[in-house]
Amino acid sequence: MTDMTMQSTALGPTSAEKFRQRVLPFVLFGLVLAIIPFFGPSRTTMTLLNHIGINIVFALAYNMLLGRAGLLSFGHAVYLGLAGYFCVHILNWIDAADGGFWGNLPVFSLPIWGFAMGALAGAVIGWPSCRRAGTAFAMISLGVAELMAAAAFMFDSLFGGEMGISGDRMSGPEFLGMSLGPLDEVYWFVAFWTFVGVVAMFMFTRTPLGKLSEATRDNPERVQFIGYDPTRVRYLVFIFSAAFAGMAGGMAAVQDEIFTPESMSLIPSGAILIAAYVGGIRYFSGPIMGAILMTWMSSNLSDYTVGWLLYLGLMFITVVMFVPDGIAGLVFGFWNGIRSPNRSHLMAKWAQQAVGVALMIVSIIVIVEVAFRWSEGYGEVFEPWGMELPHDGVITWLLAIVPLALGVALLRRVARKSEEV
Amino acid sequence: METIVFSLLNGTIYGLLLFMLSSGLTLIFSMMGVLNFAHASFYMLGAYFAYTIMGVTNFWLALFLAPILAGVIGMGVEKWGLRKVHANGHVAELLFTFGLAYLIDEIVKIIWGRVSVNYQVPDSLNFTLFTIYGSDYPAYRIFILFVAIFMLVSLWYLLKKTRVGLIIQAALSHPHMVGHLGHNVPLVFMGVFGAGCALAGLAGVIGGNYFITDPAMAVQMGPIVFVVVVVGGLGSLEGAFIAAMLIGLLQTSAVSVNASFADIFGFLGLSATSEVGSITISSLAPMLPFLLLVLILIVKPTGLMGDREV
Amino acid sequence: MKNFKRAVLAASVSVVAMASAAAADVKVAFIDPLSGPFGPSGDAAFTSYKLAFEHLNANGGLNGEQVELTGYDNKVSPKESLVQLQKAIDSGAKYIFQGNGSSVAAAIIDAVNKHNARNPGDEVLFLNYAAVTPAFTNEACSFWHFRFDAHADMKMNAITDWIGTRDDIKKVYLIGQDYIFGEAVAAAASSQLAEKTPNVEIVGNELHPLGKVKDFTPYIQKIQSSGADAVITGNWGQDMTLLVKAAADSGLKIPFLTFYGGSLGAVAALGEGSIDTLYQVSEGITNIDAGEEQNKLIEEYKERFPDYDYYYHRAFVAVDMLAAAAEKAGSTDVIPVAKALEGLTVEGAYGPVTMRAEDHQAQQNLYISTVSNDVKYGVDNIELGWKLVDNGTIEAASAEEPTTCKMERPE
Repeated sequence: MTDMTMQSTALGPTSAEKFRQRVLPFVLFGLVLAIIPFFGPSRTTMTLLNHIGINIVFALAYNMLLGRAGLLSFGHAVYLGLAGYFCVHILNWIDAADGGFWGNLPVFSLPIWGFAMGALAGAVIGWPSCRRAGTAFAMISLGVAELMAAAAFMFDSLFGGEMGISGDRMSGPEFLGMSLGPLDEVYWFVAFWTFVGVVAMFMFTRTPLGKLSEATRDNPERVQFIGYDPTRVRYLVFIFSAAFAGMAGGMAAVQDEIFTPESMSLIPSGAILIAAYVGGIRYFSGPIMGAILMTWMSSNLSDYTVGWLLYLGLMFITVVMFVPDGIAGLVFGFWNGIRSPNRSHLMAKWAQQAVGVALMIVSIIVIVEVAFRWSEGYGEVFEPWGMELPHDGVITWLLAIVPLALGVALLRRVARKSEEV
Repeated sequence: METIVFSLLNGTIYGLLLFMLSSGLTLIFSMMGVLNFAHASFYMLGAYFAYTIMGVTNFWLALFLAPILAGVIGMGVEKWGLRKVHANGHVAELLFTFGLAYLIDEIVKIIWGRVSVNYQVPDSLNFTLFTIYGSDYPAYRIFILFVAIFMLVSLWYLLKKTRVGLIIQAALSHPHMVGHLGHNVPLVFMGVFGAGCALAGLAGVIGGNYFITDPAMAVQMGPIVFVVVVVGGLGSLEGAFIAAMLIGLLQTSAVSVNASFADIFGFLGLSATSEVGSITISSLAPMLPFLLLVLILIVKPTGLMGDREV
Repeated sequence: MKNFKRAVLAASVSVVAMASAAAADVKVAFIDPLSGPFGPSGDAAFTSYKLAFEHLNANGGLNGEQVELTGYDNKVSPKESLVQLQKAIDSGAKYIFQGNGSSVAAAIIDAVNKHNARNPGDEVLFLNYAAVTPAFTNEACSFWHFRFDAHADMKMNAITDWIGTRDDIKKVYLIGQDYIFGEAVAAAASSQLAEKTPNVEIVGNELHPLGKVKDFTPYIQKIQSSGADAVITGNWGQDMTLLVKAAADSGLKIPFLTFYGGSLGAVAALGEGSIDTLYQVSEGITNIDAGEEQNKLIEEYKERFPDYDYYYHRAFVAVDMLAAAAEKAGSTDVIPVAKALEGLTVEGAYGPVTMRAEDHQAQQNLYISTVSNDVKYGVDNIELGWKLVDNGTIEAASAEEPTTCKMERPE
């Protein structure tokens, strides 16, 4: 054995580290999924959890493209949508079948069919679009998404027009004694497939193809030099990514029992892009965090404020400008920070930054909420904790300006200090 | 015959409006490599500014002030936003403008409300210019034509005949070299970004009352403008012009074609009652730009006139 | 992290806001777009319900119980609607109002049917105020669904009846959006015109893509060269506004008979050009004199919500009918109220409204109106408003359509 190989073995992770980094998180993830129902969540929470599960799989599938392969897509919902539609059709075939193949197919297996359909759609559409990377790929995905969404309105027999197509998840034979009628059974279904999807996608990152896709992202020319065709690598990764998006489509078909053409439009594609990026595309777990946050926000925040899209836009821009590693970057940075030797110094810095950000948030919320109420003109007044904040009140203006100024000043001071260090 | 005349006239106007929007985007795109997702938002801002200014003064003042305002905001975005994100690469820049489009949409809703505003054609231009084939032709359309051509000529003059134009042209093709020659490239970038946004704003001023001024106008125009820029080819204003006119004419004339797939492919045995057979060419019109985009990118990735791959 | 904090803050803010509201006995949910591009249409209806329930609560409430109305934002997505429906049901809502988008309504009907079958004793009722696909009270009818708006075929009945009274309309052009609703409108128009007015010729039947056309001038030129005397369209939103605007620009001065000409902002966008060209069919218009009380309501609505106009008359009718049914049933429980609603008649400001028992479709007078500058109540905060046309009143009986519904009722 030469010195070189000796060194590289020494650099490799020990089996304890491997367990801690590659097995333990998944065991914990599985445990969390299994424990949640014992807290007796309401049906609303259950529905939200089911959607979170679906979006976790979708966001991870999307990140196989954006984060891993460096391909920015504006139309990934097309694959989720096509597979979802296919699965709703299967639901109806199962319902209509009297024995035979469809009659004996448990609904539980739908995500597998979604996976296959997603792969097929990815293979067909990906063939022309994967020949280019970068902006050309992004533009083609945009064009394809617009085309598919428009086509869905034209072929009613396949897509059902604006009404979409709905099915009944309670049809077909029961699997493991589950009729999939009640929401908690759907939860187990979604949890199972979310776990399978997450583990499978993590394992994909460990395969040679997964590694090559990262290499193609970083330097396609070198990948070519060592004898691989970057176009082919991109194409294969694209098929897998579309397949996992299709799997999420299969899960969504069972949870929602309906698919409509808008599920293939630019809006869900843009939403998953935001979710993955806000979560942090450089970490495997980033899109998971992003999917959880975004699903929760889009479903709940709109109950509290009409300005939720504005908050969403602000949050997204903030992440793009100041936190390119996303939430996962913050979490892991914090985790590494509290274990580093100069943690007290770091903690002080973070505490100041947190105070600064919190101050700015107070101002922004006041500005946005007061502005929206003022512009809607119903004479409604923003009243946090019973404190009236009319648009022409002195306190309102103070609350809108002072914390913002203080926050900006504090953040700038921290930034200047860390530059000096 | 009358269909052809109308298609040509309306297609030209629509094409020129598209060009006004996409010329700014082309300049920005080719110089900075940023595909400005929020470009159509500046188009919307232009229309709303004009509406507000027109309410206080008159249309002619709005025609000058609104684009300038849009341009100033564009410069601010470049200076305090894009420049910061630049270090994180093109994807981050693209995403920044993507988020910015969301933001501008919402802010417009706060200021001007969520419904369309009553932005009218000024009275001095609101008359019938001529009547052909029994149909009135509004003078405002011809006005749009003149503004667009005037802008086209000024842009051409600015780029080809002035020193500023020379620097911009050089920066289009060799940005680094221009920087090495001692020009203030960030300033050029900011100026070009602002000018691009101002052009979009101008398109908004004259397009907002031709179409409709509401918070959805940016979302509807945005994707088509991209198509024009990409189909025309990077770094090529001529390409953008050809693409804009092509798409304008294609979309307007496709609408007047009543033929269905069954009429065209009938010899293959396609029946008019089948789902595919009953699709008409006119119903395909809005899809055509995207079809064109996908085809062009696959067949000729440099676009019609561009010399660089996207 | 900070995003989370912001959300928690927003959450706590709203919890405080909600706690200050009076405790209520009956919960009612309103599921429609309250933000995004379709936000205004949902909001205009939501404000109508807000006012209607405020009046109801002030007059003693629903069979003596106070009503709490909560809005849920579905962003016009059928999927999101189901999430919001689940939320509404979990918070204890028994009555669900929705209207924008037949796709959403179809999803809600389906979900409510499934929910009521899977959760007996915990039923909810869907009160549809604007989704007009005829199927909902025909082959797809449900005991749990009531519709307070006239469906597409009935509105078309009103339009074709009126065309029959106009001798100068001999050629009609049909134009609509290329999806199920547009197709249904076109089909209803051609079959009804062929039956009622055989001498009226249909000179064009065109479907254009939904929400994608920016310049309708080419379509207008097609209409012009066809020599049409009138245009029938089911277009809504900007497709409606842009179509009529292009017509005005090209000097096409023929009646445009629309379902949704009265929707927010359309008249303002057209200005004077809408006079005598824009027609709409609706269940009531503010400029029919319906007495002092109705005028007070219209003025109160305008004062409270200056962005909108009194347009959703059926929202007020729906609340009246719900209150009458609850009183008749002596309960606010879903099944008795639903049974009491069947066949119920209330006196509305613009004529009686009857909920037909066979299919749960409200039968009411329909009115054809056009834009005029000589009106009491303008719309969109300008001088123009809607005015009844000659022969524009279509009695409920002649707008009525037969139904194919085979209703399955619970015990």
